[in-house]
Amino acid sequence: MLLIACPWCGERDETEFHYGGQAHVAYPADPEALTDVEWGAYLFVRDNPKGDFAERWVHTAGCRRWFNVVRHTVTHDISAVYPAGQPRPSQESRPQNEVTA
Amino acid sequence: MTADVRVDDPAHPAPLAPLARLAHLRRSPLGHRAEEFEARSVPGPHGVRLREVPYLAQLNLRVDPASPAAARAGRVLGTPLPARAGRVAVTGGVRVLWLGPDEWLVVGPDGAAPAIERSLRQALDDEPGPAGAGASAVPPASVASVVDVSANRTTLELSGPSARSVLEQGCSLDLHPRAFGPGKCVQTTVSKVQVVLDQLDAEPSYRLLVRGSFAQYLADWLLDAMEEYRRGDA
Repeated sequence: MLLIACPWCGERDETEFHYGGQAHVAYPADPEALTDVEWGAYLFVRDNPKGDFAERWVHTAGCRRWFNVVRHTVTHDISAVYPAGQPRPSQESRPQNEVTA
Repeated sequence: MTADVRVDDPAHPAPLAPLARLAHLRRSPLGHRAEEFEARSVPGPHGVRLREVPYLAQLNLRVDPASPAAARAGRVLGTPLPARAGRVAVTGGVRVLWLGPDEWLVVGPDGAAPAIERSLRQALDDEPGPAGAGASAVPPASVASVVDVSANRTTLELSGPSARSVLEQGCSLDLHPRAFGPGKCVQTTVSKVQVVLDQLDAEPSYRLLVRGSFAQYLADWLLDAMEEYRRGDA
């Protein structure tokens, strides 16, 4: 089981959270202007990296807040946890509340 | 029977009296098991007791913690809203539990909800939003709300020297005094059931605020977990 550090509540079991898919998928500025293919890509096409992946989680059984996690899709190592709305931290400047796996 | 129950009309708020007259009709989720809880509680130096504390007033308060309204709400309650995660502020018979960065649960005695709700609404009044709609022409800087959620959860009180040991059978959080104690609360799962866990004192005794529909299951699980502590005293 993953141990995920909620930015508010601290480290909790994975079972207290729900997964929210890829983070930083921006809503199109003008959805009406998109072709069906572009709209379909926005809705359904997601990155599938073998490596670090920025994804959204919500602390369902706790404070019920959404936040972002950078998780390695092979090792499950969590290299960063940061509030929703913030840009993905670079490898060099990790936030203070990083999880050391 | 229904003659006293009136449809809500903002211009003529219904008096509370009809509701109070119906109080004898209410049933708490575990009210019918009080004797069983008493009988299955374990006395002695390694004992643990379980009881239901029904009908506690519970109000969900949401407000920007940095806003003047939050400070006013704190003054009305008699204590600043706890700013740190998992902290409880105690004032008189009222406990203010941190639920989130802008969310608190105000827990008071049975019957206190209308008075607490009224005073909090007044305190939040210049904040736009459900609690103070239309009170200010200033563009909303933040929103605030106070909602009576007393009927959402009932309360189980688990106390006694072995209470922590019982909880630890179904809760993965560190409840040892080095990490948890009076004045702290968490929202977590106990035996897969979502609860708000609030430690009252160092005995230890805990309050588990649990949804009514999960209360039977959680009580059954707790009673089962308590059973093994009877052996030492037999």
